[in-house]
Amino acid sequence: MENNKRPDDKQSDGKKYLFDDPKNIKRLLNGFYVCCGVLVLLDFVIHRHISHSWENLWGFYPIYGFVGCVILVVVATWMRTFLMRDENYYDPEQNDSPAQLNPTEKGERNVDA
Amino acid sequence: MWMLEIPPFVPFFIGALMAAMTRGILRNALMVMIPIVSGLHLWMIPEGVYLQFAFLEYQLIPYSVDKLSLMFGYVFHIAALIAIVYSLHVRDTMQQVAAMLYAGSALGAVFAGDLLTLFVFWELLAFTSVFLIWARRTQSAYTAGMRYLIIQVLSGVILLAGTLFYAADKGTLEFGYIGLDSIAGWLILMAFGIKCAFPMAHNWLTDAYPEATVTGTVFLSAFTTKVAVYALARGYPGTELLVYIGAAMTCFPIFFAVIENDLRRVLAYSLINQVGFMVVGIGIGTALAINGAVSHAFNDVIFKGLLFMSMGAVLHMTGRINGSDLGGLYKTMPKTTILCIVGAASISAFPLFSGFVSKSMVMSAALENGHDWIWLMLLFASAGVFHHAGIKIPYFAFFAHDSGLRVSDPPNNMLLAMFIAAGLCIAIGIYPGALYALLPYDTGYNPYDATHVLAQTQLLFFSALAFVWLNLKGKYPPELRSTNLDFDWIYRRALPQGLQKVFSTIWQIDNTIRQAFLTKLDVCLGYISSKNHRLSGLLSRNYPAGSMVLWVAVILASYLFLSFFTKFFY
Repeated sequence: MENNKRPDDKQSDGKKYLFDDPKNIKRLLNGFYVCCGVLVLLDFVIHRHISHSWENLWGFYPIYGFVGCVILVVVATWMRTFLMRDENYYDPEQNDSPAQLNPTEKGERNVDA
Repeated sequence: MWMLEIPPFVPFFIGALMAAMTRGILRNALMVMIPIVSGLHLWMIPEGVYLQFAFLEYQLIPYSVDKLSLMFGYVFHIAALIAIVYSLHVRDTMQQVAAMLYAGSALGAVFAGDLLTLFVFWELLAFTSVFLIWARRTQSAYTAGMRYLIIQVLSGVILLAGTLFYAADKGTLEFGYIGLDSIAGWLILMAFGIKCAFPMAHNWLTDAYPEATVTGTVFLSAFTTKVAVYALARGYPGTELLVYIGAAMTCFPIFFAVIENDLRRVLAYSLINQVGFMVVGIGIGTALAINGAVSHAFNDVIFKGLLFMSMGAVLHMTGRINGSDLGGLYKTMPKTTILCIVGAASISAFPLFSGFVSKSMVMSAALENGHDWIWLMLLFASAGVFHHAGIKIPYFAFFAHDSGLRVSDPPNNMLLAMFIAAGLCIAIGIYPGALYALLPYDTGYNPYDATHVLAQTQLLFFSALAFVWLNLKGKYPPELRSTNLDFDWIYRRALPQGLQKVFSTIWQIDNTIRQAFLTKLDVCLGYISSKNHRLSGLLSRNYPAGSMVLWVAVILASYLFLSFFTKFFY
């Protein structure tokens, strides 16, 4: 079966893949920025049926999406300060995290059962 | 026709029996056949078929078919088929049998026409699904499964109590609109709410699902919560309370999802978020809203299954699921990457993917019914779900920093299952009419007007822009090995520790009182004995030998005296 070939640790093969080249990432991001720009411009072209007065505000959806997500991440990061505990907080004696496992033990963990 | 009267849970239970007795290719073939045959059978069943018999003084209806239950019946067959194909490589009879029984119980529950039958399948859902968690065979899976089972059984017990009140109140067990006008209504809502992962009752889901086996989680994500959604849609449509509960459910999990490291737990949180949309729809209760809720449940089963399958494939191939351990897998798992992105686009409700055609119904219904603030919350949740499920899941698993792992795509059966699910996501997104035709109401809703498409695309693209911006700025919270406290802290940490404190205090007080009493008793005894502790005193412990000799002499003398008298008189 294929998982017999499963590597147990890091084994970079030295090949170049699509996003190993920073230029490709740049291209992708530029394409993405253009899409965002076009979407904002479309606001002026397409007439929408308004069902809520706030939708009339210029760029309501883009701004709401952007600001909402930034707030989400900022609040979630702040939540880490009082919610985050050690990985084995609830069961200090057991250690299931794969990083600490001996590779030969992996089969016994039965993740692929 | 006799065929009509076979409820769909029967073939699945027979399938479980066959899975227990067969092995290898035969078992695989049988297990794939069961949902196909049963699904075709269900497809031919007209509405309104039902089966009933009298039990004690009540009419039981173990099988009743209408448009609402048919919708869930169809999607459960699809989900069962996909999950069975996904788990064809598994050689663990316990899992195969449990999965068949679990799928059968879910079908039994949605076709139950009375509350007692519903209760039976409600409990069966709990008892059969827990084996999919325990099958992981780790200590943490065992304890998480135990907590899961306790909470699920508790939900069943509350349902039974509610059912008894309902029967006493209404004199019937028929499962129709229940409402919140009696204690029975509240109890049954509580039972449904636990299974539906209402806020503060949600941790069984985020606790247990990520601990289940790779294939078990795919089954789990499809059935339990959707049965609860179905039950709510039947018992509590138009209950305003549900609008607020649902809105809370859409919003709070996304914060936890952003900082969670275990990617299957991220999906568990986003599952609650999606169920929140359905609960809002049910709470609004108009034809459009109910349609939205039901169709979103239908789509969610498929796209959430797809996401759980893709993360399962990652776990299966690498043995890791924490975001901090993964990354760069697109290089050697290209098919899984693409299939995962299809699932991510569907859950994020991109136009042309399945989430869009159902979620927009709930949002439109919220606006139409004047729930402006709820609408804003749903809009925020839509942006948030894209953020954590749509971007975070594929990004941290398949892109981000290169973890150096070079594993191939998973076995073909897993790929095929994901491919079927992805195909359905796109097909429903492109041609929603097929899905709409099955819905309980005909509303003539069209999701693809310029307003909706533009608004949703703008929202999503700028959410993505926020992700890109935060990532480039280095502000995005990194994946860290950690446990994040949630409400389960109350019963996993606070309560046990509190109880421990209370009991140790009680024990200490008890011990002090006992000690004090014993000391007092000792002192009393000491006092009494010291008082009588004189030589030859009445209660003295010491008697000199001389006094003993004296008393023996006295006894002998009296004996002599008595014997003398007896001789004298007789």
